[in-house]
Amino acid sequence: MTGLVMSGVTKSFGDRRVLDDVDLDIAAGSVVAVLGPSGGGKTTLLRIIAGFLDADSGSIDLAGTRLVDNGRGMASQHRRIGYVPQEGALFPHLDVEANIIFGIRGRARRSFDVDDLLKLVDLDPSLKNRQPHELSGGQQQRVAVARALAPGPAVVLLDEPFSSLDAGLRAETGAAVLGAIRGIGATALLVTHDQDEALSLTDRVAVLRDGRVVQYSTPVDLYRAPVDAATAAFVGRVVVLPAVVEGDLAITAIGRLAVASAGPQGAVRVLVRPEQLSLVPGGGDGTARVLGVTYYGHDALVHLMLEADGHTIDARILGADLPARGDVVGLTVRGPVTVLTSREPAR
Amino acid sequence: MGELLSNTVRLVVGGCLLSAVLGVGCAWVVERTDVPYRNLWHVLGAAPLAIPAFVNSYGWSSLGGGVDGYDGALLVVTLSYFPLVYLPTAAALRGLDPGLEEVSRSLGFGPLSTFVRVVLPQLGPAMIGGSLLVGLHLLSEFGALQMLRFPTFTTAIYDQYNSSFNSAGANVIAAVLVLFCLVLLMADLQLRSRRRLARVGSGARRRATPITLGKRRLPVVAGLIALATASLGVPLYSLAHWMVVGSSTAFPLADIASAALTSTTLGLAASAIAVALAVPVAWLAVRHRSPASTTLERSTYVANALPGIVVALALVTVSIRYVPGIYQTYTLLLAAYATMFLPRAMVSVRAAIEQAPPVFEDLAHGLGLGPAATIRRVTLPIIAPGVGAGCALVFLAVTTELTATLLLSPIGTTTLATQFWSNSSSVAYGAAAPYAVLMVLISLPATYLLSRRPELEEMT
Repeated sequence: MTGLVMSGVTKSFGDRRVLDDVDLDIAAGSVVAVLGPSGGGKTTLLRIIAGFLDADSGSIDLAGTRLVDNGRGMASQHRRIGYVPQEGALFPHLDVEANIIFGIRGRARRSFDVDDLLKLVDLDPSLKNRQPHELSGGQQQRVAVARALAPGPAVVLLDEPFSSLDAGLRAETGAAVLGAIRGIGATALLVTHDQDEALSLTDRVAVLRDGRVVQYSTPVDLYRAPVDAATAAFVGRVVVLPAVVEGDLAITAIGRLAVASAGPQGAVRVLVRPEQLSLVPGGGDGTARVLGVTYYGHDALVHLMLEADGHTIDARILGADLPARGDVVGLTVRGPVTVLTSREPAR
Repeated sequence: MGELLSNTVRLVVGGCLLSAVLGVGCAWVVERTDVPYRNLWHVLGAAPLAIPAFVNSYGWSSLGGGVDGYDGALLVVTLSYFPLVYLPTAAALRGLDPGLEEVSRSLGFGPLSTFVRVVLPQLGPAMIGGSLLVGLHLLSEFGALQMLRFPTFTTAIYDQYNSSFNSAGANVIAAVLVLFCLVLLMADLQLRSRRRLARVGSGARRRATPITLGKRRLPVVAGLIALATASLGVPLYSLAHWMVVGSSTAFPLADIASAALTSTTLGLAASAIAVALAVPVAWLAVRHRSPASTTLERSTYVANALPGIVVALALVTVSIRYVPGIYQTYTLLLAAYATMFLPRAMVSVRAAIEQAPPVFEDLAHGLGLGPAATIRRVTLPIIAPGVGAGCALVFLAVTTELTATLLLSPIGTTTLATQFWSNSSSVAYGAAAPYAVLMVLISLPATYLLSRRPELEEMT
């Protein structure tokens, strides 16, 4: 079965091009994140899929049905798309149960199993007669997801659904919501600017920057092999080192490092994640002086200056064994490094 | 009495329903569709408030065409008062999270069923509150109905009092009228205390994607033009007509100037009194909340539901019996204005004090300012705009007040409203026109204020 297929979707507001020839193929039953900085066009893309906005050109198909053809498409009420807006937007005049069965028509309303759906999103069925304002933010968000899932949509769109929740609640609600969506095998598209959310909750991540999909891959590939320095920096902290590549080895100030995939030879820059670095007192492939330590409890970032060329880099180590400022430590790198193709500087 | 009762009920029910339909319809078109020139339509939707209902009825009836009786009265009062539903409903629509409508669309409902199932329930308080306000206005409306020869309780009280000085008969009808007003007031309080339709979360702050009118654009725009023509075009054309061609148009500049001066003086004095009373009461109610201060504050609002004619009659009775010295003096007239219009000053002063959170005063104390300096340098500058708005609204209400002024003003005193009234009731339409034009011009700023800050509408 085919899922959601976008091709050549383009949209401008005035002379600002918000979406530029976006192609995206979302397999049925998978959960995909659209990740990007604010103003990158994520929400515009989602609103075009939902039918709240017309594209300038491009087409969108859902499960073999053409939703949008050359920019224009069928009315949103005929698309069979579940939509979870920011902050949930529960109907304030209806209780939880009435919210959930809002989209169910006719006789099916009476036999609809609200309790079952509430359990699916990890809520107690006794909440079903509560008013929306009697729920916490996380509970409201789960009800909003249940409401979107109730009519059995072909795809569920989530527009930054967890951004208004505080950090602890965000992870918990995210896991419950995506668990429910996976539980019934629904296809879902999650728009977010939070890389942790995108990496931890979804099967694939599309990075949308300046209206273009710059990378579309699994979370692991995105983190380990980003297409360019900007993408690398967007999904996590980076260490960028000058290197000379010979064959499948990169020669750097901290030794000869394995290159992830065959690529350009000669003078390049390579990407190392801070957690790939280990501190080895009195050993290692290179030495560095400790400039300072930022302590987070479970782990810590050690700010280092390489003795060979004066480069400053960060290493992420577990919080148990901390070096002191001024110490000289040895460094080793675990795992392969990625050669950066773009010339733009990493932040 | 039977005919008066049926007339009053028919007018209030019909006027409320028609105003609700027109007000909600206009608000939805302006806020939710791609109708062209929506800012223009928004201003035109509020503008009828600048034309007092008795000027509007003059506009319609002086052109001939048999606008009178129930149909005429219903037409004129609806055109005058539907903005009281339009303004709060439009504001409620603007504040409504568009996400609600989008979710409903994504769950398979078109624009119409989304409006009925999602939008209308949210508009309930604004719509019903506005309609009840229209009802209160209709119960106290005197000028327009008298001119259109449609007798209700209010016009009957005036006739009883005026023709026979039958104070007892007038008082009986007034008691019935007050009962009606209290019913509407209770309904309004009931509505406010009901389950709050609070917005859940702050939602997204953006305008909803407008609904494309397409082929329906032409009839919709035609309807808006027809409404604006009826509510504004007819009275304004009529005023212009009588200003220019009226055979009775003498232009007694001295008389007009003297009436304008009297109106202005009364307006300034009344607004100063109302605000001076409102500031301490609002201050107590906000800063020193207690059952007593809340009751004191609420009690002033009851006056808002009392028709001017009832207040005037009560003051006549009390003054004749206990302090005959002030009967037919400016003191009594100003007392009536202060009673009637204190709620207007109250609402805006109260809102201003609430927006000046005590933290600013604490900060000022922390920076070394004493109590007097704090009030002068911090509190007053913050509440000044609200006090100003309160003054303006009381002033405008006084300059277009007719009923109490007719009953209470000292003999020989003429204001813009009473001079307009005596000219137009003696069919001197041309002579009446300049006074009406001045009243409309004076009302414009308040109407503008109201179209910007609909939360002030409670005081109209």
